[in-house]
Amino acid sequence: MNAPKIFPCRANSAELLQASAIPLAMMMIIMMIMVTAPPAFAGLGQDVSSVPADQVQMKGTLRSTQNQAYAVHEIRAATGTVVREFVSPSGKVFGVAWQGPWPPNMRQILASYFEQYQRAAQVRMNSRPGRRPLMLEQPGLVVQSSGHMRSFAGRAYVPDMLPPEVSAEAIR
Amino acid sequence: MNRTQGIWAAAVCGAILFVVGCGGGSSSQLKVISTSGSNVQPITVGGGPTGEYVDGAFTSVTVCTPGTSTCQTIDGILVDTGSSGLRILSSALTIALTQQNAPDGNPVVECLPFLDAYTWGPVKTADIQIAGEKANSLPIQVLSDSDFPVPNSCSDNGPSADTISSLGANGLLGVGSFAQDCGPACVSTGASNPELYYECPAAGCSVVGENLAQQVQNPVVLFATDNNGVVLQLPAASSPAVSLSGSLIFGIGTESNNALNGATIYTLDEFGNFATTYSSQSYSGSFLDSGSNGIFFLTSGITGIPDCSGFYCPASAENLSATNKGANGNSGTVNFSVGNADSLFNNNPADAVFGDLAGPGSADGFDWGLPFFFGRSVFTSIEGQPSPGGTGPYWAY
Repeated sequence: MNAPKIFPCRANSAELLQASAIPLAMMMIIMMIMVTAPPAFAGLGQDVSSVPADQVQMKGTLRSTQNQAYAVHEIRAATGTVVREFVSPSGKVFGVAWQGPWPPNMRQILASYFEQYQRAAQVRMNSRPGRRPLMLEQPGLVVQSSGHMRSFAGRAYVPDMLPPEVSAEAIR
Repeated sequence: MNRTQGIWAAAVCGAILFVVGCGGGSSSQLKVISTSGSNVQPITVGGGPTGEYVDGAFTSVTVCTPGTSTCQTIDGILVDTGSSGLRILSSALTIALTQQNAPDGNPVVECLPFLDAYTWGPVKTADIQIAGEKANSLPIQVLSDSDFPVPNSCSDNGPSADTISSLGANGLLGVGSFAQDCGPACVSTGASNPELYYECPAAGCSVVGENLAQQVQNPVVLFATDNNGVVLQLPAASSPAVSLSGSLIFGIGTESNNALNGATIYTLDEFGNFATTYSSQSYSGSFLDSGSNGIFFLTSGITGIPDCSGFYCPASAENLSATNKGANGNSGTVNFSVGNADSLFNNNPADAVFGDLAGPGSADGFDWGLPFFFGRSVFTSIEGQPSPGGTGPYWAY
């Protein structure tokens, strides 16, 4: 497996400056958070300022894009796994998606939703044993996880946090 | 399996051989199941050691303390072509195996992430025997949350699957297309290491580089012969049943009982996937996996089929069709049916074999679980291994 090169933050900033599709305000926010210490909590439901903490944890490179309804912060981990964090105009991470040879650290990307996920996955496993994709639909939390050894994909989102007119199918 | 069960299984096998052999059906349907040969291991689809599993194929494995005749045969091991490596619950082991140590002498312990859980426990070596095949000093994972404290970086994956109630089996026999569970990514430490292997001195666990030969690996690779893959043969399951008997055959094209016989070869991409096209859409992350207990694909929002507790529940059974395509361009159509899981479970509470069990899955790919294997001979070749069908990895059926 080829490990992607890790670019220093300056290279990411330069990439962002070249991306004309990103509004100036967004660029400024990202440049600001790059020079401040990452917060302790990160991931789903958290503020956009938590994204760099995830990048540090995943030892990855960050690429950010913006469309009309939301921003996508894509972290490419050195393990080859890609995590995309979807951020609403109000600056909250409303969804995360992942794909790669191994799953990401679930506590890191689910943040305060991790315990709810862990409990529900445990209940499901004990209620009817069997290995199959996880399709968790809890009040206020959806987690889907599928694949097999060396090929994992999944997504998690908070339905109430989706910006208007954004479909859950967009979180991939 | 005790003696009485063995005789019963043999009788059932004979009956199935007769029924399947005389059953006609399409040319792609399996007609004869091989039940004899030193490379043939009987498997049973049934409820497993908890009695609660559905569409799981189980077998037994004999494990021995390396270099000794101290052995134990453990049944209720799930046959899994979707993973690689032998994993056994600590609670099912009565003999001592040899702890694997890192070069500095610290014990090596593995954390293996699954879709919704992890397994944790020491890497130990065992001499194992399945049918007439032997693998000496095979590194396996012994599943236990108590031998070594689970580090946070492992429990961050979700719940533990290290008990019989959560695993539904006494262990997993991973005979998939990869030679090791992790492969080159785990050999050296650093940012690209996915953190599966740890060394655990009393002070606590830290990630360790693990050479390929030390990694938990596909036991088939260590067999002296018949070591390039496996064939899974199961009869068709046209109606729900308590159990179903079939065979796990080692080797591809190495004996008279494991010839490809014109099966179509589908080569895999680097992630161990091929493409499935359904309703004019191609899903590139698709795979065959005897360890999945249904056929899982897309969601209700896309298929329009209502779901219920992890499975699909259409008003009446739906007959569907999809096309699989290998990286080599070979393709073929698969017909499958989706039954109402709630009705199947409620109307057949004693049964564990359901040929039309399916459920919602990922938009990334089809998960062709055990129902796909019913009525087929399915070949899983191992990466880098030569065979009459070419060098693995590929699936053929």
